Amino acid sequence: MLEVRNLHASVDGKDILKGLTLTVKPGEVHAIMGPNGSGKSTLSNVLAGRPGYQITAGDVLYEGKPLAEMETEERARAGIFLAFQYPVEIPGVSNMEFLKASLEAVRSAQGKEPLDAVTLLRRAREACQHVNLDQQFLKRGVNEGFSGGEKKRNEIMQMMLLEPKLALLDETDSGLDIDALQVVAKGVNALRSPERAIVLVTHYQRLLDYIVPDHVHVLADGKIIKSGGKELALELEQKGYGWLTGEEESA
Amino acid sequence: MSTDTDIDTLVSREYAAGFTTSVESDTLPPGLDEDVIRFISSRKNEPEWLLEWRLAAYHRWLEMTPPEWAHIHHPPIDFNTVSYFSAPKSMADRPQSIDEVDPELLRTYEKLGIPLHEQAALAGVAVDAVFDSVSIGTTFRGKLKEAGVIFCSISEAVHEYPELIKEYLGSVVPQGDNFYAALNSAVFSDGSFVYIPKGVKCPMELSTYFRINEAKTGQFERTLIVAEEGSQVSYLEGCTAPMRDENQLHAAVVELVARKDAKIKYSTVQNWYPGDEQGRGGIYNFVTKRGVAHENAHISWTQVETGSAITWKYPSVILRGDNSVGEFYSVALTRGRQQADTGTKMIHLGKNTKSTIISKGISAGRSQNAYRGLVRISPRAEGARNFTQCDSLLIGDQCGAHTFPYIESRNPSATLEHEATTSKVSDDQLFLCRQRGIDTEKAVSMIVNGFCKEVFKELPMEFAVEAGKLLEVSLEGSVG
Ligand SMILES: Nc1ncnc2c1ncn2[C@@H]1O[C@H](COP(=O)(O)OP(=O)(O)OP(=O)(O)O)[C@@H](O)[C@H]1O
Ligand SMILES: [Mg+2]
Repeated sequence: MLEVRNLHASVDGKDILKGLTLTVKPGEVHAIMGPNGSGKSTLSNVLAGRPGYQITAGDVLYEGKPLAEMETEERARAGIFLAFQYPVEIPGVSNMEFLKASLEAVRSAQGKEPLDAVTLLRRAREACQHVNLDQQFLKRGVNEGFSGGEKKRNEIMQMMLLEPKLALLDETDSGLDIDALQVVAKGVNALRSPERAIVLVTHYQRLLDYIVPDHVHVLADGKIIKSGGKELALELEQKGYGWLTGEEESA
Repeated sequence: MSTDTDIDTLVSREYAAGFTTSVESDTLPPGLDEDVIRFISSRKNEPEWLLEWRLAAYHRWLEMTPPEWAHIHHPPIDFNTVSYFSAPKSMADRPQSIDEVDPELLRTYEKLGIPLHEQAALAGVAVDAVFDSVSIGTTFRGKLKEAGVIFCSISEAVHEYPELIKEYLGSVVPQGDNFYAALNSAVFSDGSFVYIPKGVKCPMELSTYFRINEAKTGQFERTLIVAEEGSQVSYLEGCTAPMRDENQLHAAVVELVARKDAKIKYSTVQNWYPGDEQGRGGIYNFVTKRGVAHENAHISWTQVETGSAITWKYPSVILRGDNSVGEFYSVALTRGRQQADTGTKMIHLGKNTKSTIISKGISAGRSQNAYRGLVRISPRAEGARNFTQCDSLLIGDQCGAHTFPYIESRNPSATLEHEATTSKVSDDQLFLCRQRGIDTEKAVSMIVNGFCKEVFKELPMEFAVEAGKLLEVSLEGSVG
């Protein structure tokens, strides 16, 4: 589904990713961990197509197609979803209105009719219930005045409605209380399916207790320096990253 | 690819209403003197007193100079290059009904999407359409007459209701009020007159569409609305003009009188031609709008201003009676090289008077957008209250937003609140939208509409939708 080969990417002329390789197959859940500033968000942004993020070398293929040739919105319509680390507010634009525009754009790209108002509302309410968000949030401005945790849950709510093929979750767990963490995990798990892939960026093992990954990768200084199974996350929890980055230096 | 360059190109689109109509018209040669005024007056068979009134205004005007305090820049206007009267020729004998109106004219309105015929009936809107200088026909007059409501062109009103016109014309905006109002008083060609009798709630929305068609013609319409005690009316005006290389002058005057307990809601959707990317052509729009609210009366101005090369406009309310209420809700969008200096004046004279000002300015391209507002509390306006909120939204980084709020309070019991914000359509917001599959153009329009929500909800339902669409069209091509 996603094939990243020797990816080099820069932001505003600064090289951040320096030869990153990653393969994600349908049905898999990958966790990406690594120190602050190592390039995790950069990777998510490059994949989602944030303006200003340049691929300078290497290949990124999504369902066999080079991502670099797809506009940001085309990628979204093709099933790539990024749950933001810091979701931005759009005052005055209601969540519902936003969801409607989003669903319509994604569905029409897939040759589907827009949902009728009743169905749309029903689905949106269900999605809210899934992540324990009151329905009032559908009427409020997008992320407008939401608490940190509410913003994160709002992202997952949208993800559940859009049913993406490749979901990228950038530190969706940080800032969540224990209950919210479980709610979000429940949502993500509900989305797990043989045709869908999920990439989680996280600093904490605790999320991986609820969403058990198939693969764990350590990203440091723009490269994946170690990959393993779910045990790797436990090991990192105990030892930190020092032993790995140190290993790199002495190698 | 950066979003900034997207944004730079966002502001270039074709003007959808920019077509000219090939109707034969008889237009006065450019220039202004007493003879021109006499010509206008005699063409309209006006009574002697009105001619005198016009001439008095003209002499006032000759002694005045154009105001220079606004945040707008344009070469001096040569008032002798403007033609002060243009009537479509086929209108020499006024049509007796809408069916007699030149079909070409009606097609013009159709192109503009104006519901004049059956469409009007469906929409339940009574429309008075002013095409250049002559009012071409008012729909639904019968039904309004039943309710006792008068809705006709001001020229007709001069003949049919001379006492009313004599009493109220210039009663709110005097002849010498300002340079452009004086000019209008001297040469006004047509406009609408509305009279709502005591206790009557006008049974439908009243609506006027203005359109400037002739090249080098000025349009000087004059609207007068009188709402008697306890009556209510909602009035909407829409404006468009064809594309021209030269600038065209528009100087209108609107006067509102709301008697005790009366309520007037006046909404404007202004979409005059804004000029091209380089700032060539476009309408110079200098408008004086003012209402007097008597005891317990309510006057509400709502405007959506997207057109004109220059907008100079401050719909105001004189809160004369105790407990009267004045409101101003405004969306002003500028793009390209447009310049807008608009706002309001709330003059609190009566006790416990209350005013609300909500202004939303959106600037894109290389445009300049200024809010200018005055809140004056007179010494006897015990317990007066004002709330002002001015928000500016910037699209791109070559435009300007300015806020000039003036407050003169001479009564210590007054409560005045003022809030102002400036924000940008941020790259992060656009990225969030695009990441959810929404293209940039739609995203910008959604964000701008969200920004204007508080004002749009003040518009009559069907026009709120129209206004939203208008913003969307105006912003088309502004992003990548
Ligand atoms: N616009 C930019 N200009 C310059 N440097 C940038 C820019 N954006 C990100 N960086 C730098 O790129 C590096 C990687 O940032 P990134 O946000 O990808 O890290 P991260 O792994 O997600 O960190 P965290 O765990 O703190 O979220 C950081 O050093 C950051 O300062
Ligand atoms: Mg990050």
